Amino acid sequence: MSEDLKPEEIIKSIKPGPPSTPWMDVVSKVEAGNYCYPSQPKTLEFLGMPNPREWSPADEDWKLPENWQEIIHKGFKERLDKYRSLKVFMDICVRCGACADKCHFFLGSGDPKNMPYLRAELLRSIYRNDFTTFGKILGKFSGSRKLTKDIIKEWFLYFYQCSECRRCSVFCPYGIDTAEITMMGRELLHLLGISIHWIMDPVANCTRTGNHLGIQPQNFKEIIEFFCDDIEEITGLRIDPPFNKKGAEILFVTPSGDAFADPGTYTFMGYLMLFEHIGLDYTLSTYASEGGNFGLFTSSETMKKLNAKMYAEAKRLGVKYILGGECGHMWRVVNQYMGTMNGPADFLEVPKSPITGTVFENARDTKMVHIAEFVADLIKHNKLKLDPSRNDKRIVTFHDSCNPSRAMGLLEEPRYVIKNVCNNFYEMPDSTIRENTFCCGSGSGLNTEEIMETRLRGGLPRANAVKYVHEKYDVNTLACICAIDRAALPPLMDYWVPGVDVTGMCELLGNALVMEGEIKRELDLRMEPLKDEEEENTDE
Amino acid sequence: MNIHYLFALFVALLCIFIPYAGVEFAHMQTFFGVFIPYLAIVIFTVGVISKMLSWVKRPVPFRIPTTCGQQKSLPWIKSNCIDNPSSFFGVILRMAFEILTFRSLFRNTKSTIKEGNKFSYEWEIFLWVGALAFHYAFFVTLFRHFRLFFENTPVCIQIVESLDGLMQIGLPIIYMSGIVLFFAACYLLFRRTYIPQVRYGSLSADFFPLFLIITIAGTGIYMRYFGKVDIVAIKELTAGIFSFSPKVPENVSSIFYIHLFLVCVLFAYFPFSKLMHAGGIFLSPTRNLANNSRIKRHINPWNPKVKIHTYEAYENEFREKMIEAGLPVEKEGA
Repeated sequence: MSEDLKPEEIIKSIKPGPPSTPWMDVVSKVEAGNYCYPSQPKTLEFLGMPNPREWSPADEDWKLPENWQEIIHKGFKERLDKYRSLKVFMDICVRCGACADKCHFFLGSGDPKNMPYLRAELLRSIYRNDFTTFGKILGKFSGSRKLTKDIIKEWFLYFYQCSECRRCSVFCPYGIDTAEITMMGRELLHLLGISIHWIMDPVANCTRTGNHLGIQPQNFKEIIEFFCDDIEEITGLRIDPPFNKKGAEILFVTPSGDAFADPGTYTFMGYLMLFEHIGLDYTLSTYASEGGNFGLFTSSETMKKLNAKMYAEAKRLGVKYILGGECGHMWRVVNQYMGTMNGPADFLEVPKSPITGTVFENARDTKMVHIAEFVADLIKHNKLKLDPSRNDKRIVTFHDSCNPSRAMGLLEEPRYVIKNVCNNFYEMPDSTIRENTFCCGSGSGLNTEEIMETRLRGGLPRANAVKYVHEKYDVNTLACICAIDRAALPPLMDYWVPGVDVTGMCELLGNALVMEGEIKRELDLRMEPLKDEEEENTDE
Repeated sequence: MNIHYLFALFVALLCIFIPYAGVEFAHMQTFFGVFIPYLAIVIFTVGVISKMLSWVKRPVPFRIPTTCGQQKSLPWIKSNCIDNPSSFFGVILRMAFEILTFRSLFRNTKSTIKEGNKFSYEWEIFLWVGALAFHYAFFVTLFRHFRLFFENTPVCIQIVESLDGLMQIGLPIIYMSGIVLFFAACYLLFRRTYIPQVRYGSLSADFFPLFLIITIAGTGIYMRYFGKVDIVAIKELTAGIFSFSPKVPENVSSIFYIHLFLVCVLFAYFPFSKLMHAGGIFLSPTRNLANNSRIKRHINPWNPKVKIHTYEAYENEFREKMIEAGLPVEKEGA
């Protein structure tokens, strides 16, 4: 983006209506700033993915393989036969338009190809041409078109302007889920060697080192120990978290983003403090050091491969079950895919909280519990000593991450926890939370710098709702339960709603935890004073 | 005006002209009154069944309901058993609400930017009202027409007729369904051409059925209230079709043949078009599955074999560093 595009300029530039040119005649231009950088050939080679090559989306010639049309046709047919969702969704859309203004990328850009039904038409028009009688006979009149290289470019642009958030699917009278369409579109592009660096690099890293960021085991341990240093400074308590410990009761897995960058790191500190506080018999793993799964944004095979490590490690270490940290898409994978792909986890036990004795019946088969469920249960049973006033400088609202809300329904648990660990909580408007939540604009592997303008536009509806509570209730903290959110929301807030910090649920929890033997807390987990200076003065 | 609109209009007009010319000039009453209806019924039946089968035979590899409410988790948290069903019964409820009341469409909002920079989402009910009116009116009208297939009108049809005719003003009894169908279809056509976001992506396949249905409803209303058609003769024809002993009476006007032909076109077109949403909704994996994949394992029939990067391979690569960092390893210094 042009760096100095001002917020009001972006809003002003949102197209008020579609152009007069029919969409099929609008050639989508690939220009610097509107595309993600492609994967490097060596990454694709390492992953064994087809057609690795040096290329740039900005080039006229994308160096597609000789028989690229045939590859797409075959790949499309294969997927139509493997997924009822794809076939049904290709057939039944009536283009009623209910989905149109539900997409954050459409709302932030006004680009009609970002309307979910039109995004699907990008693929559906080829489906009609290749697989339906009417499409073959009537051609353009039936809304079909022949695949061209320009269409491949169009797919690349628009299937990477969808964050698979599924908001459109809530409003669709048939539940047509654009995430399914986008996934298939991306898989087809992968067959031609077209994929993006920001997804494939984490996939390759995760394959080799166990986490997206490529953190090697010794470094992973070192990072966690740094957190413990900070915790010691803040609380006066030394925590010594176990790594790769055989025979622990619980394996804890969270996205590596939380180990890597602020403000996720504070959430990680919160986890460590919680486990110490309740004396949990757990272990971290350096091999399964990633809860996130960029395979979800790649292909079902890749997703399965990366996810398999959790169960493999749980089995090797002999734990009873797995506890999962705060992450959005990780929980879509755990809730909707893990048992199917990598189960049955019959070597594990039905999860039971060692502190409260609660049996997590809802995780009976996958044997994996969400930290928000786990903590909500602890609080409900009064097992945590909490001082919510330590979060008093924070006026909090909660951003439902797309996947936990629309692919799981984890709505009340995090709210229950947050309301118990801080005193000031306000909801954003109803049409922007829970199942109606807006994406951060950077989900599904789009959290990359080069498309910052697209991300800011996609994140605008979310930011706008935050702005509303920021102005109305002085909200200064946006809590979330997703590592991608914690990476994507801070720049979004800085741009649209300066003065709002982004935090994880467990960071707020860590602040509020009254730990046995701790020193008088002066600092929060960010090493900042618990109270703003002004406040302190008025207190005195 | 775009080509989609015009093409659909052209085909629809053709569908009006063909039976008119066929009956008025070529006197092909038997062809349009008997052959075409039989053909349409066969195409409809075979088409719908094979389409449904083409969906049913495809696997549902993953359990991907779109959850629109609180999950079932801890016992003290109230779960939303309809919008986030965890049981088969919940799914039945969710599907029933979806199919009978268009629950998802009911949520519809309209987004606008106010005061230059404030996004606002207002409840938008018109699409829901229009769609619901359209579908129920269509259903009732269709159901009422079954009287034409029986010598003696079955009781259930009589009941529907009397309910439908409650708003009686004079004679003949005015059936609300037909009128509502006509206006609801006109509304759907109106919004499709009026709302830019909808118009922009609309295809011939979106306009064509609306043109057909508006004309069907229009001709039906004309025949009932304005034109003097010989209803006894028509019933002779339709009951004949239904009892497989077709007779073609003489004094049936061509407007009836237009009406009938359009109905036949609609039915024959149905299985190959978006109208199959009527069947597809039952098979939509985001709606017809319970969100219980953590409770009960969902089976993917083609669950692929994948090669995972094993712990062993991992430790082999990092063993020295792990030992140095004090991390436990499986094989010391191999």
